[in-house]
Amino acid sequence: MELLVIGLNHNTAPIGIRECLAFPEDKLEEALSGVHALSSVKEDMIVSTCNRVEVYAATRETEKAIHDLKEFLCQYHGISLKEFEKSLYTHVGEEAVRHIFRVASSLDSMVLGEPQILGQIKDAYDLSQQANTSGLVLHRLLHRAFHVAKRVRTETKIAISAVSVSSVAVELAEKIFGTLEKKTVLLIGAGEMCELAARHLVAGGVERMLVTNRTYERAVSLAQEFRGEAIPFEDMTQGLKKTDIVISATNSPQYLIGHDQITKVMKDRRQKPIFFIDIADPRDIEPKVGEVENVYLYNIDDLQKVANENIKDRGKEAQKAETLVQDEVVKFVNWYRSLDVTPTIVALRKKFEEIRKKELEKTLSLHPNLSDKEKKSLEALTSAIINKILHTPITLLKQTNEEAIADLYLDALHVLFGLPEKSLETFLEKFEEKDEEEETNLEDAF
Amino acid sequence: MDIYFFKFASFLYLSGTLAYLAYVLFLKGVLSRMAAVIVSFGFASHTLAILTRYFEAGYTPVTNLYESLSFFAWMIIGLLLMANLKYKIKVLGSFLTPIALILMLFALALPKEIFPLAPVLKSFWHPFHVIFAFLGNAIFTLTFCFGVMYLIQEHQLKAKKMGAIAKRLPSLSLLDDLSYLSLKFGFPLLTLGIITGAVWAEYAWGRYWNWDPKETWSLITWLLYAALLHQRLTVGWRGRKAAIMAIAGFLAVLFTFLGVNLLLPGLHTYSKWQ
Repeated sequence: MELLVIGLNHNTAPIGIRECLAFPEDKLEEALSGVHALSSVKEDMIVSTCNRVEVYAATRETEKAIHDLKEFLCQYHGISLKEFEKSLYTHVGEEAVRHIFRVASSLDSMVLGEPQILGQIKDAYDLSQQANTSGLVLHRLLHRAFHVAKRVRTETKIAISAVSVSSVAVELAEKIFGTLEKKTVLLIGAGEMCELAARHLVAGGVERMLVTNRTYERAVSLAQEFRGEAIPFEDMTQGLKKTDIVISATNSPQYLIGHDQITKVMKDRRQKPIFFIDIADPRDIEPKVGEVENVYLYNIDDLQKVANENIKDRGKEAQKAETLVQDEVVKFVNWYRSLDVTPTIVALRKKFEEIRKKELEKTLSLHPNLSDKEKKSLEALTSAIINKILHTPITLLKQTNEEAIADLYLDALHVLFGLPEKSLETFLEKFEEKDEEEETNLEDAF
Repeated sequence: MDIYFFKFASFLYLSGTLAYLAYVLFLKGVLSRMAAVIVSFGFASHTLAILTRYFEAGYTPVTNLYESLSFFAWMIIGLLLMANLKYKIKVLGSFLTPIALILMLFALALPKEIFPLAPVLKSFWHPFHVIFAFLGNAIFTLTFCFGVMYLIQEHQLKAKKMGAIAKRLPSLSLLDDLSYLSLKFGFPLLTLGIITGAVWAEYAWGRYWNWDPKETWSLITWLLYAALLHQRLTVGWRGRKAAIMAIAGFLAVLFTFLGVNLLLPGLHTYSKWQ
């Protein structure tokens, strides 16, 4: 089985193409099954966020699977491959492992170290489990990825840089308003980055929180979390008149807040300053809004830039995280390789042991008056014989690095000794329990 | 005697200015505290200079340009020390002390002899007129500094630069509030200065208003600040516009005080050099 990932992200594709290829949340399960139906794909998972669209798959026919997946993307979204092929990246095997580890650890994110992506990958994985399209390989891979993400978060300062983006927002707000006390914040939309910033502002002393969302229910539930007030989406302009700080993070493809609208709002506000934080991509707020007097507009890139200036050892931390990821990739790949041979070795040993036990019993029943010492000698003798016989082939299997040759040996062993076919799966199931434990540990990390 | 105190005060203001500038460069709290102490001693020496001159001359020493400049600088430093007590804006000293220093150096270059008071200045109203006017001017100097700081800080925030400059300046909201507050104190004082001046003019020249250049320019200054106050109160002007207006107002103050004396002859020119 080979792992592969095919997709595009904010670095390789403009927002237009990303939007074309994005899978709407409610259609994701259906799309997963569609991919699963491809004969070349054994397991699959789709990650679709505003910054990336990626299909992860486990396959036995790598070339065919890559071709099939590209075809699937074209057909599903009704666009021709030419339009987005340049933006696509394909990683196979070790590279695919490294890719998902980096993505989960937020090393591939627009805001380095932002916490959102891990949750999004968790959701994608949960959905693939629900749809029954992820199997044991992806299962193991993802749990490893979560583990790596946790390590990166706790062992490097990468995550701090994302936090510092929020604290930069607070710092800026304080430079504008002096104190955050008695100030009102308006949250438009939702998202982890948005909530993180809001939380920082609340910690900074913000008094009132208004929340609005296209879906009023979501606004209400988020408002409850912050002990704020939900306001209907249509009343946003009214909300703008009452607030000092606006955090916007919607998925809207066009601007929600425009220059002329704000000029008018400012008149109603008697020019009271207002601070816009635009976390959305594409932007929610027209950049020209920042030119209006007493309006301060920062988008996520601006905040990031300011935050970068604050973090001196940033490069070092990123390097540390990359090294950590590399270690984990090696570990996983070694484990993954051994996965191919270990069940066969176990099965082989089991088979030999069964034969030995059976034959030993026969012999012992023919000679009932052997002393205990003699029985033990026989036991030792037979064990020694099978160990000696198995030593060379097992060592050879473990040392074979080339997958094609290992496969050849494995197939030969299975045929020659009549080993059971499904050994890989039964072997992997043992890992399930161990992973459950890891998952509970992971929950603490959130 | 007063000249020695004055020179010593100037020297301390110079040291204070250097310490305040060093504070801006290195952002070490100890430097600003040091500067504040130096300037306080400078203020004490300056106060002694004014007092000794008052006793030597026998009149309130605000009769010629040297005395006026000295008095103006003394008020500015006094306000700085008061502001230091109330607000923790360490950088304010870095703005105000150099201004006071320049006034002092200017004064040092002028004749300082004590002459018998010109008959026209022998009036109950004259000291009040000058004190009100200069207190107003000194307060407007603060308004001016807050305006300049506001424009710098606003530029930093709009240009998305959160660097060394932004860190050293207070928040926009505080700067705007203080600018407004100082305007609210400065404007009535300027008004009182003009009114007492008119009353004194009636005694001295027989008319309340003579349209001499000083009077005309103080009226222009008054109108500028009146407009600013009006806009703030009614339209809710704030921030950038208010800051620019405060700077314009201060330029008018400077011209009324210095420009008119040096460039435009008129009734007030008795205080040109002598």
